[in-house]
Formats: sequence, C-alpha cells, structure tokens
Amino acid sequence: MSTMAKKGWRPVLAIILFFILWEVGTRIFDMPSWLLPGPIQIFQEAWTSWSIYTEHLPSTIQLIVLGFLIGSGVGVFVAICLHLMPLLKDLFYPFIIISQNIPVIVLAPLLVIWFGFGMLPKLIVISLVCFFPITIALLDGFRQTDADLKHYIQMAGATKGQTFRKLEWPNALPSLFSGLKISATYSVMGAVISEWLGASKGIGVYMTLASSSYRTDRVFVAIIVIVALSLLFFLLITLIEKRVIKWKPEEGINPYES
Amino acid sequence: MSLEIHDISKSFEDNHVLSNINFSVKDGEFVSLLGPSGSGKSTLFSIIGGMSQPSGGSIYLDREKINGKRGSISYMPQSSSLFPWRTILDNVVLGQEIAGKVDKEKALEMIERAGLKGYENSYPRQLSGGMKQRVSFIRSLLSPQSLILLDEPFSALDEFTRTKMQKWLLSIWEEHKRSILFITHNIEEAIFLSDRIIILSNKPATVKKEFIIPFDRPRDVNLLLSEEFLTWKKKIYEEM
Ligand SMILES: Nc1ncnc2c1ncn2[C@@H]1O[C@H](COP(=O)(O)OP(=O)(O)OP(=O)(O)O)[C@@H](O)[C@H]1O
Ligand SMILES: [Mg+2]
Repeated sequence: MSTMAKKGWRPVLAIILFFILWEVGTRIFDMPSWLLPGPIQIFQEAWTSWSIYTEHLPSTIQLIVLGFLIGSGVGVFVAICLHLMPLLKDLFYPFIIISQNIPVIVLAPLLVIWFGFGMLPKLIVISLVCFFPITIALLDGFRQTDADLKHYIQMAGATKGQTFRKLEWPNALPSLFSGLKISATYSVMGAVISEWLGASKGIGVYMTLASSSYRTDRVFVAIIVIVALSLLFFLLITLIEKRVIKWKPEEGINPYES
Repeated sequence: MSLEIHDISKSFEDNHVLSNINFSVKDGEFVSLLGPSGSGKSTLFSIIGGMSQPSGGSIYLDREKINGKRGSISYMPQSSSLFPWRTILDNVVLGQEIAGKVDKEKALEMIERAGLKGYENSYPRQLSGGMKQRVSFIRSLLSPQSLILLDEPFSALDEFTRTKMQKWLLSIWEEHKRSILFITHNIEEAIFLSDRIIILSNKPATVKKEFIIPFDRPRDVNLLLSEEFLTWKKKIYEEM
C-alpha cells in the first residue's frame, strides 16, 4: 500500500501530461469539437451537465449490481455443483469452456426479441457475462487444493461435506475473488451495452443520445463515468477481499513467507 | 487401545511394496518403524488410516477391523500440513472439529505448553518450521483418537531444532501417554524415543527384526552420549 502511495504520483503525472498534450493538440490543429473536443471542454461539460447524467446513473447502477449479484450467485452455485458432482463436470465443463469463447453480447439482440426492452433481458446479459469468469476461477481454485492438506483431512476422517467446507472452499476463496474482480468490470460493460439496445434511462442511453446528436464531449463524459464506475466497483471488491482473506501476507513484510 | 497389523500386503500394479507385515502396538506404547527410503512406510500409514485398501491382510484397532475405515487414528504428516487460512488456535482444533467436539480451553493450554503462547491468533505463515511442527503435533494430540501416527515429523528440521523437538515430544508424551506409531529414517531418533523399534526390510518390506529398548523414562539428552546408547546404535545399524 505504502509503495503505491510513493509511486502513485508517476501515473498521475503521466495522465496530466497526456491531458496537456491533448488540449494543446486540439488547439493547434483547430479540431472541430464534434470530432475531438479538448479535455477542458469535456470537464466543463461534465461539470455543467452533472444533473443530466446523474439522472441516468441510478438505473445503470441498479442494473450493474443486480446483474452482478445474480451472475455471481449462479456462477458460484454452478461451480459448486460441478465440483461436487464430477459426472456433471465431465458432461458440462467442455461446454462452459467453449461458450466462454462466444461473446455473450452477440446474444443480446436475440434476448431483446424474446424478452422485450425491460429489465429482464438486460439482467440476463449481465448475469451471463459475470457468470463464466466466476465459475471458471472457482473450479480452478477447487482443483488446486493442496494434496497434503487433502490427505491429512481425509485421514482425520472428514466427510465429503467437511472436506469441502473446511478445505476446498476456503482454499478457492482467492480464486473466487479474482473471478469477482473480472466480473465486476464485465458487469459494467454488460450494463452499458444492454442499454444501447434500448432503454429509457441509463448511462448507455445518455451515451447513444450524445453520439447521435454529435455531442462528442458528452460521449467522453459518459466514458469517464463508465470508467469511474468500473474502478469503483473493482475497488469495492478489493476492499471486501482484504477483509475476507486475512491470512495472505501483505507484500514484502513477512520474513517467513515461503 | 491396541493396534494389530495382520499379514498386510500391498502392491501397486506390479510394484510389490509391502509383504506380509505383522506387528502390534499396545496401549500407551511408543513404537518406531525404521526402514530405508521407499520401503513403503508411508504406504503402510495410508493403509492404517483407511486411505487405501491393502492387497491382503487386516488391521484391527481394539479388535475391530478397520480396513478402509478413515478417521479411526490421529495423524501427523511429514509436511506440517497446517491450513493457511486458519489461525494457530483454529488449526489445532481441526481434528476435534472433524470428530464433532471442540475444547478450546484444552487447546489454549496445549499451545502454551508448546511455548507458543501469544501465537494463538497468528497464521501459520508467521511461524518457523519447528513451530509449525509443534502446532501440527498438538493438533494430532488434541484429536480424540487414541492412536497417533507420526510420519517423519522432524526430518525437515536442522539437527539442533530436531533434538529440541525430540525432547519436547517426549516430555509431552510422557505426560499424556498416548499410543504412538512413529516413522523415521534416523536410528538415534528411534532409540531415543521408542519403547520398541520395528525394522523393515527393503522393498518389498517385511518386518525384519524387533527390538525392545530398555532405557528408563523419563529420558533426557545425556542418554544420547552414553556407552549403552552407542551399543544399541551399533546393534541396530548392523541389522539394517
Ligand atoms: N499411490 C501410489 N501409486 C503407485 N505407487 C505408489 C503409490 N504410493 C506409493 N507408491 C510406491 O510405493 C513405494 C513406497 O512408497 P512410500 O512412500 O510408502 O515409501 P516410504 O517408505 O514412505 O519412503 P520415504 O521414507 O522416502 O518416505 C514406492 O516405490 C512408491 O513408488
Ligand atoms: Mg514416506
């Protein structure tokens, strides 16, 4: 943490430098603002139209959170089922891997045809994109259970359930959190894209409105908001992870780390 | 408590590892299994612990056949095998937890006896190798089973720590008098700790010889330097 604080000024400096170059560039080349607005204009727009896009925020956040919760819930459930029932795993694991390579987003228009423009198809899209990383990560975590620990707990007479609760589940928690972090960013993306397909409110809607009226500055504002949402969500998961996984050393502090 | 190993054989496909092993462990006895590397000692422990079925023969614990039955013995593996996400206190009660009855008072008392007071809420990564082995041993002592199997518990430790740990193990055991079956490569360690030593042959392992070690208890480290101890060492060395 402290090293981050010490080194944090470097990327910040890089970003400031980038903004300055950008601003100077748009002025020198006299860029029309519908093509590429300068950062000053973008931040001004972000400031003045605050009330407009904040109106769009709640519905997007609601989508993200609900979709993420449903998706990760299903992801965890599926992973546990596949792990505890090897037969199911043999049957379905290849499909999960293959389906991971299909961009779920391409299913979105189909979902709109089937379920209309309400919450349901959007939640399905977000859940689907959240679900895979978590299932895969968790299954991986279960699989990587230490053989010595497993031998010990079985010699001690642990039942299958005890082995799962006391060994495999806690062992997979770090993997689960890596999956959750990926899913957190995916869920923001999924929410915005599903809003593009048709919604009355949301950052995705604000973005399409802005782009169709050539308000490029507003498109950038939307991008900033989306990036901020993603980071915030990611940070939240990292904080929860720190609370839950207390046994991992903080980097560079422990001499006995092997 | 009584353990009866009756004609145990074990093969992995065409690899014949154990061949008609016979011996017993009586109540409160400390018995060591001494045998060359790869002779099948750990395999024998897996069979006693119910992790794998013998190809032939039976194991009786208190006259009950326990072939393939897990959880009837307490076990301390070669690697300390502590659970990294559990604190020392939670690690130590794991055996009790699996059996269903946890006694934290007793656990805290044992942690203190092991010189680990103040580490109850630490995680295993914060402990040295010797400390981890002590925690692992306390875990097996606190488990409710009356027989403890120890698989080369000190082989990963340096000479100095090892002698200290042997002394500590004896002092705890002399107080609690649980039955112990102990695997080692180390002749001195076996003589110093045991009431009885069982010598296994090379693969396929059979019981080659049994020695009853007559030294009085409590034993202390001066014993290691005595004339008698050396004679025993020679005697056993010649047998191996
Ligand atoms: N699960 C298994 N499958 C196949 N072969 C095995 C298995 N477990 C052990 N063996 C074989 O059994 C033999 C004895 O192994 P074991 O680990 O019991 O020896 P050991 O006496 O404990 O050796 P060490 O003192 O080095 O620990 C070895 O030849 C090993 O290859
Ligand atoms: Mg072994």
